[in-house]
Amino acid sequence: MDNLGTIGTTEEQIELMDVATNFCRDKSPIDKVRALIDDDLGYDPGIWREIGELGWLAIAIPEAHDGVGLSMAEVVPIAEQMGRNLMSTPFGSTTLAAQALLAGGSEAQQAAWLPKIAAGAAATLALREANGDWDMANIDATGVESGGKVTLSGKKLLVLWADSAELIIASIKIDGAVRFALIERSALGDDALRRETVIDETARSYEVNLDGVIVSADALFDAGRTRETLEKIELAAGLIHAAEMTGGAQSVIDYTLEYLKTRKQFGKIIGSYQALKHPTVNNYVEYEKARTHLYSAAHSWGEQGRGEVAVRMAAAQSHSSYSTSADRAIQFHGGFGFTHDCDAQLHRRKAILSGALIGDAAYQRSKLASLLFD
Amino acid sequence: MADKPSAAELKDYAEQADAWFKENTVRDPGFMLPLTFMEVSTDEQFDFLRDWQRKVYEAGYLGASWPKEYGGGGLHSEFQRVATRAMKKYDAPIMLNAIGNGWAGPLILDLGTEEQKQKYIKPMLSAEDIWCQGFSEPENGSDLGNAQLKAVKDGDEYVLNGSKIWTSLGDRAKYMILLARTDFDAPNKYAGLSFFLNPMKIDGITTSRIKKLTGEYGFVQTFFTDARISADCLFGGEGNGWSMAMKTLEYERGAKVKPVGGFFVKELDVMEIVELAKNSVRNGKPLLDDPVMRDKMTQYMIDIQALNLNNTRRRMPQLMQDRPMGLPLMNKLARTELIRELTEFSLAFQGTKAGYYVGDENAVDDGYWHRSYLNSFSATIGGGTSEIQRNIVAEHALGLPKTR
Ligand SMILES: Cc1cc2nc3c(=O)[nH]c(=O)nc-3n(C[C@H](O)[C@H](O)[C@H](O)COP(=O)(O)OP(=O)(O)OC[C@H]3O[C@@H](n4cnc5c(N)ncnc54)[C@H](O)[C@@H]3O)c2cc1C
Repeated sequence: MDNLGTIGTTEEQIELMDVATNFCRDKSPIDKVRALIDDDLGYDPGIWREIGELGWLAIAIPEAHDGVGLSMAEVVPIAEQMGRNLMSTPFGSTTLAAQALLAGGSEAQQAAWLPKIAAGAAATLALREANGDWDMANIDATGVESGGKVTLSGKKLLVLWADSAELIIASIKIDGAVRFALIERSALGDDALRRETVIDETARSYEVNLDGVIVSADALFDAGRTRETLEKIELAAGLIHAAEMTGGAQSVIDYTLEYLKTRKQFGKIIGSYQALKHPTVNNYVEYEKARTHLYSAAHSWGEQGRGEVAVRMAAAQSHSSYSTSADRAIQFHGGFGFTHDCDAQLHRRKAILSGALIGDAAYQRSKLASLLFD
Repeated sequence: MADKPSAAELKDYAEQADAWFKENTVRDPGFMLPLTFMEVSTDEQFDFLRDWQRKVYEAGYLGASWPKEYGGGGLHSEFQRVATRAMKKYDAPIMLNAIGNGWAGPLILDLGTEEQKQKYIKPMLSAEDIWCQGFSEPENGSDLGNAQLKAVKDGDEYVLNGSKIWTSLGDRAKYMILLARTDFDAPNKYAGLSFFLNPMKIDGITTSRIKKLTGEYGFVQTFFTDARISADCLFGGEGNGWSMAMKTLEYERGAKVKPVGGFFVKELDVMEIVELAKNSVRNGKPLLDDPVMRDKMTQYMIDIQALNLNNTRRRMPQLMQDRPMGLPLMNKLARTELIRELTEFSLAFQGTKAGYYVGDENAVDDGYWHRSYLNSFSATIGGGTSEIQRNIVAEHALGLPKTR
């Protein structure tokens, strides 16, 4: 079997790991995370600015477009720490939009947008629709081209941080073929966006109504690169979410251990009971596996074949590990676990949203099976 | 330790090792080879594996990084890693003297006297002296610290009385690492224990074979009746037995390694299972078209890949922050449980043929999978059960309070 990923690191990755660990821990304490749940914007614009200044949005953008010229491997430690600290910002969606531009955008489109993103402009992807299918080619939104203009129609769902994004990259069909259109936020009327109630209260998501939106034909990605773009988006999203979920799993395990070490029942610390101890160890083992797969996915990123196997393994393992450990965390906190005040629920909800966005563990495995066995 | 080798030196060595194992590895001697050192059952298997280990040692691929003055190769441990990789590539048989090379040897190299190192290490590597372990007793397995075998000092000798059980290779071994009680009045059960390098072929020590669930033999009960050993056999000082036993277990459970080379348990080749699945039919179609089986198989691939990569990751401290002992401590638990699950899963592929066992001409792969499954418990029970391993990970990696 030679399409399995390997593991390794870069100096930059290790450096970013340290910086991101401290930054996310300091800037995203849990009371702040909770305060932002009731905030319209859903993130702290000051922190977003700092993230831009740290150059984190520029990491995987080529130097020619004012980026740092590294790869998604170096984005991973940041997303991991953001997930660990439940730090919500448009970081993930912006990074994915940049990857989409790199895969499918023309030279002119890249030159127009990548430097802006590298400097801190938010962007997002509008891919999902009402059919709920994870297959990104199964869409109904359309564009009709005429006289150098494209008139769009249809609805896109689960568009993260759309309200903050200066650029929205939407998938549509033109003459039956999937295409991507660059839509400036300013081209959308205010009533084109409806804030959705999503299960993860720390995220912000919007339904985007494309009806009557007109973009220039120059704002379309090249028809010949659709497939490549779809693949790149799927993998980049898998990697970023795997990183967030792995970080989240670490956090939820730490949070549970804290309780198991302090709460007493029947005169004993509950963590001394094997009924709690052993499943916690099982969750921990699954988490370490997720982390190993994550670093393998980062390391194998960009390698033909191997990259996809490694990313899907990481996505599957992190989703199942995050879901299970958060589920058990709720249980192991007893009555308090059932409250909104218990942080375990924040993680359980986040795992559900991540799975909904990229495809859950079972979906990742079904894709993997074809890569491994057929 | 020797200097870190250059890439060119390693490459040369790898080519030599590759050529040697290609030429010398016998995979099918005409009888079934054991998958683990805990399953060596017949004379045929024993003799074959003993010769094999000696041959590998003499060629320099076993103990390559152990000190030269005691019979090792004196090379950097990277060389040993390269040699072991070549063994894996050619699906080499396991190393017989696991308890010697894997745990007694490292312990003696770490804490033994010059004389002990001179005496024990070389014949251990060459498989001339086979070692066994006398820790478990009929009444005390998981609760090792409660061992009751009596060692009473009498002049220059200790007199041993009691019994050990589940002793792998006990009837073949020349030496046993032995945990015995020298002080029955010690303030706690751990303080009264002492550790011995005990000769087996002496008066007063007998063994009786125990039949395993597979139908084979491989471990024994060992009886000590006024057996007299020299006081020189004491290792680590009287009353230090528990600490010596714990150090041994660190090697046994893979938390610490002093790579000797080869493997004591055959690596599971996942491709063999994929092949098995591909060649199986369900409702007239290839089994791997069945979505449930496909999904399970995929999850196992994810698990195996994670455990294999864990072995690389645990050597990269930058990727091991937060809980550096986590991966080493969970290694035995995760790997042995996975092997058990996988070998059990392999039975599900066999349809009606899952009913056959070793020896029937209709058995798939001569019953290899059934035997592997039944034998897989040797590793989830031996060396500390999975339940005990979970306690260890919980207490030592995650900092949870002790169960007791
Ligand atoms: C193939 C094989 C080879 C072996 N080779 C050797 C050898 O060479 N030398 C040697 O000394 N020993 C050897 N052993 C013995 C082995 O180490 C013991 O069998 C093992 O430690 C379990 O002890 P036990 O059999 O007394 O089971 P018990 O300790 O009686 O355990 C019974 C059950 O209770 C569970 N249990 C016990 N205590 C706890 C606890 N605190 N928390 C949760 N669950 C618990 C166990 O996990 C198990 O499921 C071998 C065993 C096997 C299977």
